[in-house]
Amino acid sequence: MSQLIQVIASGLAIGSIYALIALGIVLLYRTTSILNFAHGEFGLFGTFMAFTFFNSLKLPYPLSFLLSLLAAALLGGIISILLVKPARASFNIGLAILLAALAYGLGVNLIISAAIGIAIAVVSYIFLEQPNRNPSELGLLILTLGVNLFLQGFYSLSFGSDNKILPSIVSNTSIKFAGASVSLGSIFTSLMGLVIMLLLWLLLNHSKIGLAMRALAQREDVAKAMGIPVRLVSFATWATSAALAGAAALLLAPSTLLSPSLLLDPVSKGFVAAVIGGMNSLPGAIVGGYILGLLELFVGVYISNELKASLAFIIVILVLILKPHGLLGKPEIKRV
Amino acid sequence: MNILELNAVESGYHKRLNVLKAVSLKVEQGQCVAILGSNGAGKSTLLKTIMGLIDDEPRKGEIIAFGKAIQNKSTEEIARSGIAYVVEGRGMFPELTVFESLQLGAFHRKDKAGIKNDLDKIYEVFPRLAERPKQLCGTMSGGEQQMLAIARAMMSAPKLMMLDEPSLGLAPLLVQDIFQTIKSINSSGTGVLLVEQNATQALKIADYGYVLESGRIVLEGTAQELRENENVRELYLGVSEAKTDKRIFVKRQRRWN
Repeated sequence: MSQLIQVIASGLAIGSIYALIALGIVLLYRTTSILNFAHGEFGLFGTFMAFTFFNSLKLPYPLSFLLSLLAAALLGGIISILLVKPARASFNIGLAILLAALAYGLGVNLIISAAIGIAIAVVSYIFLEQPNRNPSELGLLILTLGVNLFLQGFYSLSFGSDNKILPSIVSNTSIKFAGASVSLGSIFTSLMGLVIMLLLWLLLNHSKIGLAMRALAQREDVAKAMGIPVRLVSFATWATSAALAGAAALLLAPSTLLSPSLLLDPVSKGFVAAVIGGMNSLPGAIVGGYILGLLELFVGVYISNELKASLAFIIVILVLILKPHGLLGKPEIKRV
Repeated sequence: MNILELNAVESGYHKRLNVLKAVSLKVEQGQCVAILGSNGAGKSTLLKTIMGLIDDEPRKGEIIAFGKAIQNKSTEEIARSGIAYVVEGRGMFPELTVFESLQLGAFHRKDKAGIKNDLDKIYEVFPRLAERPKQLCGTMSGGEQQMLAIARAMMSAPKLMMLDEPSLGLAPLLVQDIFQTIKSINSSGTGVLLVEQNATQALKIADYGYVLESGRIVLEGTAQELRENENVRELYLGVSEAKTDKRIFVKRQRRWN
């Protein structure tokens, strides 16, 4: 009995982290139909900023928590400006960064490499504008992959790839409950997860910008014709999605070590949770996250710890066979 | 005064396909203008071009709305300038409620009292919508959806309303209802640009009309003139004088001039 309570408590905690990641992915996918492979990197940015605020600037913990969420949101928003259709600039910037990195790798001075990058960006913007005016969904997906690689390199370069410790916001103790000892951290994580989901619900259902986000997700052309500022709404969507990733990363970081590979596993689990719930359903993302978190713990404790790693993918296969659109997803009908 | 004026507008898709060829037309203040044409004539392209929904179009010509050139403006700016666009097929947001859709219609308005006032007025015109503000749009019938599409456009307090085939897929009685509503919107001072295949109904409420064929305006005139035009009667109103004449075996050539 006491073990069961412990398993459920830890399962809910890890489940709410998966759910937050899945919510971010689904929110963005619904509204802009972009599958964001840089999602984890947005979250990482939040944790690294929190680390900087807390350790170097000595800000109080809750303040650095909030500021780093804001920083993650801002990063997401800025990336949206590059990727929103027509993504004229993004291809050129990507090309420039690639060539600058190549030059740097070949041993050229950093400033000269940067100059080469800027020159390439300007030249390619002038000459290569036409073919990538309206990148396809696949093109945007590849662009997010590029953003992912770029940010990973950036983190390793500026924060180092060694492990850091981000302290927990609550004390590292456990409370006794019906014979079981449940760590305060996992209770805090679960509660924060619920609070953030509630905030997201309020944003989407009781604010003007949330209404516009939902409208844009359903009929982009009509929303546009109604005078909804598509760029602003898309900025807000990316920012919200990135803030969700940041929140998940900040909740996860204290229980493990902070490094550029912190979110590698949770983000892939977040994608799995999103698929289980149905890629275009927000409640589905929450359900998927909790199901995955709880089942992982149950299987790990009661069946076998080896099975835990492959469990997520077994569940995805099962769900896709039984319900191809996910548990709460709706079939997507597209007029061509 | 003209609230909308198109001068030799050429438009199409992907810089290659040329759909509209030197289209010129105008909508005067408080006027209801109908554009008739068969499938593929370019009617919807015309409205999308005005609305700025096709990238990099129009390639030639100018579009003037309320005295300002809008051909290079973004869709958002065009909508804010006072043009509402009711898309073909009603363009519902299936997962939004009726109330939310109407709120969305007034997205760029700031006057809270005016929005409330307009909402009450719209509920008066469409009691069906007043009964069920919480219903999801996707679950409504076609007629209700068309009413909502028009109501949503009214919420933006437009000076010009453009409608793309409002009669599409509706029963004849409902079509009459919808056209009555459009007429009453028009008589309250809003200019109307109506694109329609149902020429009989469109010419009943319109003041002026254009016939669009293969991307060209082939005929224009007051609604009365169009109703009496032999070609319009035969092609769009379905009244054929030649039918009784058994001696004509060859299909009569259409000559507009």
